[in-house]
Amino acid sequence: MIAKPRVGVVTFPGSLDDRDAIRAVAFMGGEGVPLWHADHDLRGADAVILPGGFSYGDYLRTGAIARFAPIMNEVRSFAERGGPVAGISNGFQILCEAGLLPGALIRNRTLRFVCRVVDVRVETSLSPLTGGLVAGEVLQIPVKHGEGQFVASPEDLVRIEAEGLVAFRYCASDGGIDEEHNVSGSANAIAGVRNDAGNVVGLMPHPEHAVDPDLGPTGGQPLLASLLARALVRA
Amino acid sequence: MAPEPLHRALGLTDDEFERIRATLGRDPNRNELAMYGVMWSEHCSYKSSRIYLRELPAEGPSVLVGPGQDAGVVDVGDGLAVAFKMESHSHPSALEPYQGAATGVGGVVRDIVAMGARPIASLDPLMFGPLSEERNRRLFEGVVAGIGGYGNCIGVPTVGGEVKFAEPHSLNPTINVMCVGVAPVERLVTSTREVHEGSFLVLFGASTGRDGIGGVSVLASRTLEEGSEENHPSVQIGDPFAEKLLIEVSLELVARDLLEGLRDLGAAGITCAVSESAARAGLGVELDLDAVPLRAPDLEAFEILTSESQERMLAIVEPSKLDEVMEVCGRWGLASPVVGRLVAGGGLRVVMGGVTVADVPARSLADEGPEYDRPIAEPAWLTDLLEDDPTFTTVTAEPRDAFLAILSSPNVASKRWVFEQYDQLVQGGTVLGPGADAAVVRIEGTLKGLALSTDGKGRFGFLDPYLGAAHAVAEAARNVATVGATPLAITNCLNFGNPERSEVMWQLAGSIRGMADACRALETPVTGGDVSFYDESGTSAIWPTPVIGMLGLLPDHRFLVRPGFRPGHLVYVLGETFPELGGSEFAEVVLGKVTGRPPALDLERERALQQLLVEAARSDLLASAHDCSDGGLAVTLAESAIAGEAGFAIALPGDLPWYATLFSESASRAVVSIAPEKTDLFEAAASAHGVPFARVGETGGPRMVFDTWFEVAVEDARVVYEGTIPRLLAGVSLSVA
Repeated sequence: MIAKPRVGVVTFPGSLDDRDAIRAVAFMGGEGVPLWHADHDLRGADAVILPGGFSYGDYLRTGAIARFAPIMNEVRSFAERGGPVAGISNGFQILCEAGLLPGALIRNRTLRFVCRVVDVRVETSLSPLTGGLVAGEVLQIPVKHGEGQFVASPEDLVRIEAEGLVAFRYCASDGGIDEEHNVSGSANAIAGVRNDAGNVVGLMPHPEHAVDPDLGPTGGQPLLASLLARALVRA
Repeated sequence: MAPEPLHRALGLTDDEFERIRATLGRDPNRNELAMYGVMWSEHCSYKSSRIYLRELPAEGPSVLVGPGQDAGVVDVGDGLAVAFKMESHSHPSALEPYQGAATGVGGVVRDIVAMGARPIASLDPLMFGPLSEERNRRLFEGVVAGIGGYGNCIGVPTVGGEVKFAEPHSLNPTINVMCVGVAPVERLVTSTREVHEGSFLVLFGASTGRDGIGGVSVLASRTLEEGSEENHPSVQIGDPFAEKLLIEVSLELVARDLLEGLRDLGAAGITCAVSESAARAGLGVELDLDAVPLRAPDLEAFEILTSESQERMLAIVEPSKLDEVMEVCGRWGLASPVVGRLVAGGGLRVVMGGVTVADVPARSLADEGPEYDRPIAEPAWLTDLLEDDPTFTTVTAEPRDAFLAILSSPNVASKRWVFEQYDQLVQGGTVLGPGADAAVVRIEGTLKGLALSTDGKGRFGFLDPYLGAAHAVAEAARNVATVGATPLAITNCLNFGNPERSEVMWQLAGSIRGMADACRALETPVTGGDVSFYDESGTSAIWPTPVIGMLGLLPDHRFLVRPGFRPGHLVYVLGETFPELGGSEFAEVVLGKVTGRPPALDLERERALQQLLVEAARSDLLASAHDCSDGGLAVTLAESAIAGEAGFAIALPGDLPWYATLFSESASRAVVSIAPEKTDLFEAAASAHGVPFARVGETGGPRMVFDTWFEVAVEDARVVYEGTIPRLLAGVSLSVA
């Protein structure tokens, strides 16, 4: 029998979608391993998810305090060794704050929180969430965030695009990119990015809320399946 | 002019002051007076409503905890319990919409946690003045942002609630919040737990500040007048991050069986939590205010005693478990000082700086408040309104124009703009979110689905308080039955004007009778609720609005029925349509009238319809089902078409004029669609339940064809339906052609 891939899910104080990520990993056939922000141990995880929520209340700036949590030292060295790391929503914000991903996330252009199922276009296979997908595929996944507008300096944005670091974009159901479907008002409709090495990825949409057909669209399934496949290689 | 005596400034009458003196056998000091002021306030003591609230049926086979504790609790089988509660935060929201609404969410969530249950869903029934006024837009936007800002940050999905608009709610928006939680029955923290002399009182969570001093007596138990902005310090400030920690700590303490009792610190702060805990245990308390962590060092005793600082809870802990409790709180970074101890006798003795600053019988605060039988009188102005029945008015509007005007009226139109600002998905249990007849949330690890609906019928209640309340119960139960769930029990929030006015008390008395009759007939006992009085300015009260929060159960959530049409099915209207336009959306929007008698309600017919809907859902006979209410059959049909992106062609039977057929708001009706091969079975079931039914047409195509009267493209209707609220907020006036 093959061991189930172990996916660590970090709980920071104020994390909200941590249980949901563990449940989604289990739904897809993996084992979700709860990790605690104050610990120095990834408990043998083969992949790590930083989940959604409002870590430490996000009163200062989203993710700005969580990046200093003890567990983040372990996540950083895990990533440096090539371990697959995925940040979802607040987890994406934390990875940007920690310098593990380029760019930053600021308030949605509407200045309002938005919870809605959106279409997301995969832009690369070179990320731990998209290994099993090809660029151009369109997935239905919900977003729920107040600060999901991706921004970067003009030079960084050029580099992000030139080096193919964009992992996901908001799009129309046919994959077309336009401002109407750019739900957060992100630069170039960016919904998620990866790092240079292709083992760290962050995205604002919530794949863990799109795996169970009883609850709605299932666009998160291929993403988590890709993560589990990547984790299995390490297991 | 002599200064106002202190007791009056604290909201106590001269008679109440004398009563306190008699209880103590001496003059109360100012700390004690402040404690009585908050505990005997209308908000905490229910002194004007209690004699009526007793009429409500509170017993039922599934009720585990009825009124009187932090939340009602119902047994949903397999060892699981559901706690639910609704509260008002109207007054704070009128002054400071964001924080008022936010702390309303926080308060009711803590009520659920205090029962030992994990909060799994919130719903927010709201009423505002018309959005044509800038002030109302500001309140509306602020309240919605506050609910989202707090609710989204604590990881409890907001799955429903309704939003309505009416002029009488302009100065006094009605802001109610309902929260629902789940716990294993054996983990419930109810007042029947054994509490021991010598156990510690542990105050955990946020520190205590000057916010919300006397919120219940100054703010919630008086009308808001000009200049009430001075009451700003009485509005509390919320910290949802602290609340999230409080939830996790509380549930861990409960799961590890470390507590004898758990109380939320909400209205009346420490005084309420401590005095009620002591009174229930039949014990006294020694309370040490020096142990309470403070935000400002110079807080006086009466301020600490009555502060309504948010995100605090009180645990009763036996000495042997104290260390473990401290360890859990410490791991989550929460302060958890011991602030007192349960002692023999019934006294609540408060010490500060080594000096006794208050010493009163705990029961006198918690259980022995005043109770009033206030004068009631039917208002004279009602007669003319009732006689002006819009059902018999000459109607000059064109049918299509009337339809579009109603579909785009803010009451009827889509509330997507609101719901999208709420996290509907966190916890991964939301099977059916906002916008359907009822929300459905599954219980983790089971197939059970909880169906939840909140309903108020302000317009009906204004014209006939009895019928308004009865219709609200019937509609809430029907909404739950429409998705296929069996209605189990209700909570409620009674929103009314000044109880010192006889017409307001008449409205309350009628409403409670209506609620009681409907709850008895539909077998949905009342497990608790809240009363919000003084929702008026000058002598202009809000519409008397009991808001019902209904809990229903689907044994298997996969059998839930959604409202949207799919092509190729047959459309049925269930129930009978009568010429009943009194208090209808049609009368208000098309005729400009809120007059006439609300529709009649036959509770036996209502019950039969609901039983049919539930049985048909369990037998998988229904392709869609949608309750018929505001805007009548025309709106019900249009909403099903918009939700399913499928049109229809129907011919409605009967010889009523078009406007009565389309827009009458007769009770006990629903529109269902059924696959052709299931119609025989369905018709047999309907006949067996004695529910009148009519096959009126078919689903499919891009258009909605209403008999020979008019047709509208589904897409055009959707644009109108979804565009209303954003356009009103943008200050664009509506012109619907």
